Amino acid sequence: MIKNISNLGDAALYCDFGKEVNKDINTQVIKYFKTIQKKNIAGVNNIIPSYNKLIISFDLKKINFNKLKKVIDNIEIIKGDSIQNKKFEIPVCCEKEFSLDIKRLEEKLKMKEEKIYESFFEKEFFCYMTGFIAGMPFLGDLDENLRAKRLDTPRVKVPKGSIGLTEQFANIYTFESPGGWNIIGNTPLNIFDSTKEKEPNLINPGDLVTFKRITKENYQNYHE
Amino acid sequence: MNKNYFEILRAGINSTFQDLGRSNLYHIGIPFSGAMDKRNYLLANKLTGNDHNHPVIEFAYQGPHLKYNGDKINIVITGDVSFKIKNGDNLIDGECYQSFILENGDELDIISTNKSVYGYLAISGTFDLKFQWSSCSTNTKAKIGSNNGEKLADNQKIKIKEINNNFVNRKLNYVNTKIENIRVIKGTNFNYFSEEGKKIFFKNEFKVSKLSDRMGMRLEGKKIENIVDTNIRSEGLIKGVIQVPADGNPIIMLSDHGTIGGYPKIGVVVSADYDKLVQLTPGSTIKFQEVDLNSAETLFKLYDLETQNLISQI
Repeated sequence: MIKNISNLGDAALYCDFGKEVNKDINTQVIKYFKTIQKKNIAGVNNIIPSYNKLIISFDLKKINFNKLKKVIDNIEIIKGDSIQNKKFEIPVCCEKEFSLDIKRLEEKLKMKEEKIYESFFEKEFFCYMTGFIAGMPFLGDLDENLRAKRLDTPRVKVPKGSIGLTEQFANIYTFESPGGWNIIGNTPLNIFDSTKEKEPNLINPGDLVTFKRITKENYQNYHE
Repeated sequence: MNKNYFEILRAGINSTFQDLGRSNLYHIGIPFSGAMDKRNYLLANKLTGNDHNHPVIEFAYQGPHLKYNGDKINIVITGDVSFKIKNGDNLIDGECYQSFILENGDELDIISTNKSVYGYLAISGTFDLKFQWSSCSTNTKAKIGSNNGEKLADNQKIKIKEINNNFVNRKLNYVNTKIENIRVIKGTNFNYFSEEGKKIFFKNEFKVSKLSDRMGMRLEGKKIENIVDTNIRSEGLIKGVIQVPADGNPIIMLSDHGTIGGYPKIGVVVSADYDKLVQLTPGSTIKFQEVDLNSAETLFKLYDLETQNLISQI
């Protein structure tokens, strides 16, 4: 549930669901997000879910903080209405040219490469949110022993399709972008497609994701 | 048929198609984009007789040098901009907020913005553009919007789909004012900073850095010390949020910003000051001034009223 609503500037509501990051809290955030989205509240121009926060921005010409806060305070989330989880299997190639930080991770985690991959590939991930760059999914949770910090100096260019790990999360770089996550492989699958306006993102909050290791040959001959 | 077009002799530094941008897409990672200085964008469209959400060319610092081919067309430039129009052997000094007619073979050379960043070129007609999510706005980072999500390039053609046979000469007397005091509301992580850091934020001057663009404005000044954590759990961002990363220098989120961020939010620029903020050039100094929510709402009403008044004068 929302613990507190405050203003973020003069044109956004900041709904705080607490400090913890877990599936249950994030599922609450996503439920609120979907309910508010369906309501089509006049003046609301963006609803941004994250691990444990929901930010609702609005057009100050049409509504203001106090009016919108009243609407959100009184919103009813239908109980037991579970969010629809789609399931995806993402092919990943871990050849040297793609696993840019695997050696670094071996050192950071004091684990052998094979063990890191074994642990990573047997996990089912939950998509907490998408964003930063268009379509990038934030997936969790990695096992405790796979949690590493970001690179000390972020890369200026992380290649499109890169799979990165940091702390308890994995993500996929939907296009080339700067970034500081530890890169362990690359997917040939297109995760974001701006020509599909209705559903540009392959993976959406609440979806479940597993990764499947593929060979370089499979990677090169991959067709969606 | 596209018989009317501009040929780009020089594209300029960052010339892109923009309109009012796109909404309700942050949750998939797509920010608003759209014209940075909304007032000047709206005035450009009104002066060319267009509706308020009509694509224009936004340029930064040095604008494009264009050669026009086709039937005569009305153009307007807004902002604080030096430009020239070449008609045969005549070289005319352009004036902002005033319509000019371009004829076949004329050249429009947008030389530079003056002590400001952004300017706008509107035409009495419609560019032939691809829209994505109902907006032409180009987001070069995500490669979204018209021109395949890219800024304009030299030697490219800009096709015009339609010309409004509307040759009313419109003019507005308006001079852009500069501001140095940016009004802000305290951010959700204001208490992450030391007492000294909070004082620095509201009392000291900050310099706009060269590393500023449509995504964000980086500032340089005395380090704002964080006493809690230099990272927060990643969460949504909006336009105008001021984040302070570990190096202690504030970054203000602008129209093409990343939709999620993990640095503490010290403040948020009020909506009323956004248009003026984006026009501050690298090297300018700014000071932050605290206001409360009520005042921010009133300031926005006044600013919007002023914009509407200007529009109604046209």
